[in-house]
Amino acid sequence: MDIYNFIIMKHELLLTIATLILLISEIAIDDKKKMIPFAIGIFGLHTLYGFFGNVSGEIFGGMYQNSDLIILMKNILNIGVFIVLLQSSTWLLKDENKSKISEYFILIFATLIGMNFMISSGDFLMFYLGLELATIPMAALVAYNTYDSKSSESALKLIMSAAFSSAVMLFGISLLYGQFGSTYYIDLIGTDMSAPLTVLAFIMFVSGLSFKISLVPFHFWTADVYEGSPTNVTSYLSVISKGAAVFIFSILLFTVFKSLADVWSDMLYILAILTMTIGNLFALRQTNIKRFLAFSSVAQAGFILLGLLGANELGMATVIYFVLIYIFTNLAAFGVVSAIENATSKVEISDYDGLYHTNPNMSLLMMMALFSLAGIPPLAGFFGKFFLFVSAAQNGYFWLILIAVLNVTISLYYYLMVVKAMFINKNENPITRIENNWYTKISFIICLAAMFIIGFYSTIFEYINSISLGL
Amino acid sequence: MDILNSLVIIPILTVIALLFVKDLAKVRMISAIGMFIELIQSIRLVFMYMEERANGNTAEMVFQKSYQWFESINIQYNVGVDGISVVMILLTGIIIFTGVFASWKVAYLSKEFFISLIVLSTGVFGFFISLDLFTMFLFYEVAVLPMYLLIGIWGTGKKEYSAMKLTLMLMGGSAFLLVGLIGIYMNSAPEGAALTYNILEIAKHSIPIEAQRFFFPLTFVGFGVLGALFPFHTWSPDGHASAPTAVSMLHAGVLMKLGGYGALRVAMYLMPEAANEMAWIFIILTGISVIYGALGAVVQTDLKYINAYSSVSHCGLVLFAVLMVNKTSFNGAILQMLSHGLMTAMFFALIGMIYGRTGTRDIKKLGGLMKVMPFLAVMYVIAGMASLGLPGLSGFVAEMTIFVGAFQHDDIFHRVATIIAVSSIVVTAVYILRVVGKILFGPIVNDEHAKLSDALWHEKVPLIILLIAIAGMGIAPLWISDLILDSLQPIVDKLVIAAN
Repeated sequence: MDIYNFIIMKHELLLTIATLILLISEIAIDDKKKMIPFAIGIFGLHTLYGFFGNVSGEIFGGMYQNSDLIILMKNILNIGVFIVLLQSSTWLLKDENKSKISEYFILIFATLIGMNFMISSGDFLMFYLGLELATIPMAALVAYNTYDSKSSESALKLIMSAAFSSAVMLFGISLLYGQFGSTYYIDLIGTDMSAPLTVLAFIMFVSGLSFKISLVPFHFWTADVYEGSPTNVTSYLSVISKGAAVFIFSILLFTVFKSLADVWSDMLYILAILTMTIGNLFALRQTNIKRFLAFSSVAQAGFILLGLLGANELGMATVIYFVLIYIFTNLAAFGVVSAIENATSKVEISDYDGLYHTNPNMSLLMMMALFSLAGIPPLAGFFGKFFLFVSAAQNGYFWLILIAVLNVTISLYYYLMVVKAMFINKNENPITRIENNWYTKISFIICLAAMFIIGFYSTIFEYINSISLGL
Repeated sequence: MDILNSLVIIPILTVIALLFVKDLAKVRMISAIGMFIELIQSIRLVFMYMEERANGNTAEMVFQKSYQWFESINIQYNVGVDGISVVMILLTGIIIFTGVFASWKVAYLSKEFFISLIVLSTGVFGFFISLDLFTMFLFYEVAVLPMYLLIGIWGTGKKEYSAMKLTLMLMGGSAFLLVGLIGIYMNSAPEGAALTYNILEIAKHSIPIEAQRFFFPLTFVGFGVLGALFPFHTWSPDGHASAPTAVSMLHAGVLMKLGGYGALRVAMYLMPEAANEMAWIFIILTGISVIYGALGAVVQTDLKYINAYSSVSHCGLVLFAVLMVNKTSFNGAILQMLSHGLMTAMFFALIGMIYGRTGTRDIKKLGGLMKVMPFLAVMYVIAGMASLGLPGLSGFVAEMTIFVGAFQHDDIFHRVATIIAVSSIVVTAVYILRVVGKILFGPIVNDEHAKLSDALWHEKVPLIILLIAIAGMGIAPLWISDLILDSLQPIVDKLVIAAN
């Protein structure tokens, strides 16, 4: 192994360097406002460079691995984080946050490094390390609003449930180690896993991971934490953090636990139905837009499972494709919510009454985002959902698809309620006209363009499909 | 640009142009010009189609264009038309053009109104030219969703409730449809061969009977919801009654036809064995639609509700004819779609105009309009006569063909069903004549009404176009039948072979 092998870890190394640069420049730069363009600029370059000069392979004896697919996942996360950073600018410029702008970026970068390691792991210990690195700074981010007791409460809830789920997961990993004598994925792939103890270990492991993806019945922390966190952190949690967890979940299911496919197909079948239905039913009753989006994202996670439980090659591609779309779509919705919250601190759905008359562009973007989440053509969400259904159909899960599409109809009801508020309802004092800064505007344009392009431009899906075959 | 793609591209360009203008006059102008070009294109398509056939092109679909889209799951953008889709496109062209004129007076958020309306029509045009199940479904949903905004924002009465009910019921229907279409895709080719969404390819292969039994009802019900199949028709009266005029026209006139067209082209054509097996269930349901809709119309007092229930009855007849599985009845089904589309559009346009003047749609509060607005009143009578099947107008041709076709079955079940369905004509006469007698003739109920004006130019344009179409179809039905009949042959062949 020579020094050039480290280029395999390009994403993580560059991000670490970026974090260190921020830490040092924090000392040098007096005007903390300048940290925003600086940090976003650095991260933008990192995102851009992430597409070029990638090398696949493994180092540290297989503890760390990289492939085209994993690199793509990291790039997808990078783009998502870039949008989150753009959208955070207004909020960071508020008086109460000005003193701790750089911390925000450093913490976000730290969690992203953790997620990258987690996705690239070739060993359960490496996986766990990445997971914790992604989780602990996250709690600090959630508690970012130090003047707000709800924010601290949410952080505590997050750290408690994360600790608990990690414990369960570690127990599962230790059982696996007990049987196979190794924590390397490569040693586990292809072994006979039919022993009841292995199945138990697997279930423990999946339960832990389900907390991260907030699958029902492991979703109870979601709404509370989403509601209490600063909105930009919520969007980070619900999009990037969940996306990363889905990625590693799918990688593990399709490689390490491939021989357990009979077990996890049944398990995910039930989890999918529960997650979609319960997420939807709770979303119906929400009046707070953040809680509403929280439950809608729980329901979306249920749809993702449809792609996984087929255990076929198309499934992997559709899951990644769906997450890609979900990132842009959900960030568009959260972007609007955070822009409104920053300007007026209003977060109730009823506050959105008559929004179209004062803020037509944001209302339209929000409507597009909600329709895309609901899976209405011609927006990308339609393609994402349709392909998930096709991949589930390849294994003949037609009843499940029927339940899923009926859930889509239910979800359409609550998405339309927000559309109704914005476009149809009358309001004496609507939210006044909001002027967004350029960062936010750029993020909106990216999201809107992506919601159309990713669906129609089939090359994206074909590319994902072609590289996910190799897994 | 080739003709079929232009049918989708023109509305999209119109929408893009609309995004950049602000004042009402320009919005109207651009919409009217765009939809006029669209109408010209759809008329041109008819002549081009006839020329193509006259030149001896006997392919099932002509002007076919196919582009690979998502290669890995074999989704193509694949368009082509036969006689059936050509006439449906012509119908859509007429109604969207007249719809623009019927909405001339929309002043509140007019730009958004016309954009939604034209997006909706893009979906309809796209649906009729699609030969690929995926793109077909995509366009289908594009056609359905703008309804929510159109009814919710510009509607009248309990519009929010109606808009939500309509959208959710139609989307629920499309949920069944989606499962059905994916099911067809999964069984679209013999073991080992590449699966396809292409309708023509699928038709060459026969889907296993077990799969058909599962997916036929899903697909048929999915389309049936839009075609007002009992008991999934309840969105229709509320939706139509609350919708603004042009939306009612487009929805009852064209959108409900998507149901009938899809049921024939996808559900029946691709799954003939199950269609023959299960037809009896749906014949009963559509029979109920036909009678129930007609009886519902008798007891209503709101003009729009009367017409909406009448639509349930007439569209039920379309599905009824589709299920009778022979060439004559299929021909009747297509003619009925055209006839009902034109006539109901005319009705809704007239009701909109009367409502715009009098401020009420309650027949008890209207009377003697013949003296006040003779032009509108005469038009109303003509539309009514077409609806109750007066020879010389479109309705007679369509219903006659359906019942002749249906009566060709010589078993008791089909005959009884046909006789019951025929009786709806009598009921239709009752509610049409009651309305005509009450609101047009008789004394003027409200003295205020005596001061009202007759139709203006932008109101006469759509009415006259629709009148020409209705009368033309009634006088020269063979012209249209000729277009349709050859194209029905492959569908009939497939179903008849399956029946034996």
